[in-house]
Amino acid sequence: MTDHAYNFAYLDEQTKRMIRRAILKALAIPGYQVPFASREMPMPYGWGTGGVQVSAAVLTPDDTFKVIDQGADDTTNAVSIRSFFERTAGVATTTATIEASVIQTRHRIPEAPLTEDQILVYQVPIPEPLRFLEPRESETRKMHSLEEYGLMHVKLYEDISRHGHIATSYAYPVKVEGRYVMDPSPIPKFDNPKLGDMAAIQLFGAGREQRIYALPPYTEVVSLDFEDHPFEAPKADQLCGLCGAEDSYLDEVITDDTGGRLFCCSDTDYCEGRRKAGHRGPAFPGNEAAA
Amino acid sequence: MQATALAGGFDAPATQSAHAFRRVMEAMARPGTIQDIQGGAPPAPLSVAAGTVLLTLCDTDTPVYLAGKADTDDVRAWLAFHTGAPLTGPSHAMFAVGAWDALLPLSRYPIGTPEYPDRATTLIVDCAALAASGSTLRGPGIKSDATLSLPETRAFQANRALFPLGLDFIFTCGDRLAALPRSTEVF
Repeated sequence: MTDHAYNFAYLDEQTKRMIRRAILKALAIPGYQVPFASREMPMPYGWGTGGVQVSAAVLTPDDTFKVIDQGADDTTNAVSIRSFFERTAGVATTTATIEASVIQTRHRIPEAPLTEDQILVYQVPIPEPLRFLEPRESETRKMHSLEEYGLMHVKLYEDISRHGHIATSYAYPVKVEGRYVMDPSPIPKFDNPKLGDMAAIQLFGAGREQRIYALPPYTEVVSLDFEDHPFEAPKADQLCGLCGAEDSYLDEVITDDTGGRLFCCSDTDYCEGRRKAGHRGPAFPGNEAAA
Repeated sequence: MQATALAGGFDAPATQSAHAFRRVMEAMARPGTIQDIQGGAPPAPLSVAAGTVLLTLCDTDTPVYLAGKADTDDVRAWLAFHTGAPLTGPSHAMFAVGAWDALLPLSRYPIGTPEYPDRATTLIVDCAALAASGSTLRGPGIKSDATLSLPETRAFQANRALFPLGLDFIFTCGDRLAALPRSTEVF
């Protein structure tokens, strides 16, 4: 009953028009954060209200929708957002990256390369890359307008002077088309190289902070660095315990009280796909002896 | 009110506008690509594509400028009934619609401010022809380069020079459209 009491994709049409206009301006000015009148959603801030509103504005009944949370299709956040749009938009859903036309993500970019027929929607907690350096919105807005990003380089330099390398490991700032410095949302910096020249449209929604920004396909995205400390995209020096992948981003899972641990792909679809294809890691059941 | 004003809207607004928006978004994200779009049936001289874009994006929050021959009683009544968008002059327009010559000069439209570059007009240019030939386009959204028939090139080069300020364009012809955001370089 409730399912039919809502407009298609939950939001009312005027709200969707407002979000759609913001998305178009965001695409026209890559990396610039467009303010929008974010609505209250039937889930708390921090659970992806920005991503959900952007998804609601772009979904059509023909879409196949996928949601990942830290790469996983089966966590609470991903499951509940997926069922939210199953109920309010009636869209097909999937966990397979290649079958999805719209993918909403929290904190990861899928391992499988995306295509021109796909849209990637990011959930963003703090869209302003300069916020922890300068708390005043009036100032950060001025800094963006004047292209005054020296403070960000000072921050990265302080990383180097304190730790010997740039210790920022997620939400690593990027410069878009040589103009705006942008927060790529808290994706690991391992994923940063995938942001640029991507075939898919990338949309970023921050619900609490009321900002939408975007990267059109094939946009130049450069991770900030120094000549003598070039950007690196590191990962754990391990292979996936379940599928044996050496090229994927790994989660570390504590497995018992005696310090046992397992490294496995954070992208569950990628890992399952590899295991279906017969790949086995050292911790795969029945394979431990070989390890 | 004439009966013509009541017809020509979306039959199923939620899903038709969703489909139409995706076409507009694809066009804006991939400058130079030509997209099919339908759903609206605006009065002459507006094209189906221009009318559908207006139905998809405009409402009471978006002042619209009807340029030249697009400013007829029929169009005014149709736009008022289906969108409620207030009519305005070019200097306060969020959307402007009409033929290229009627929309000129471009200096009349807001191009945004350095702190809010998004507060700029989107021009919906109804064209006699739209083809993937003519000017070469490069920039975000374009893999190497694209070509698109533009009414001229100088105006768009000058607009690109304003980046991140500037105007964004949607070219419509019949039931097809293409877009040229301010980020695109035109050769």
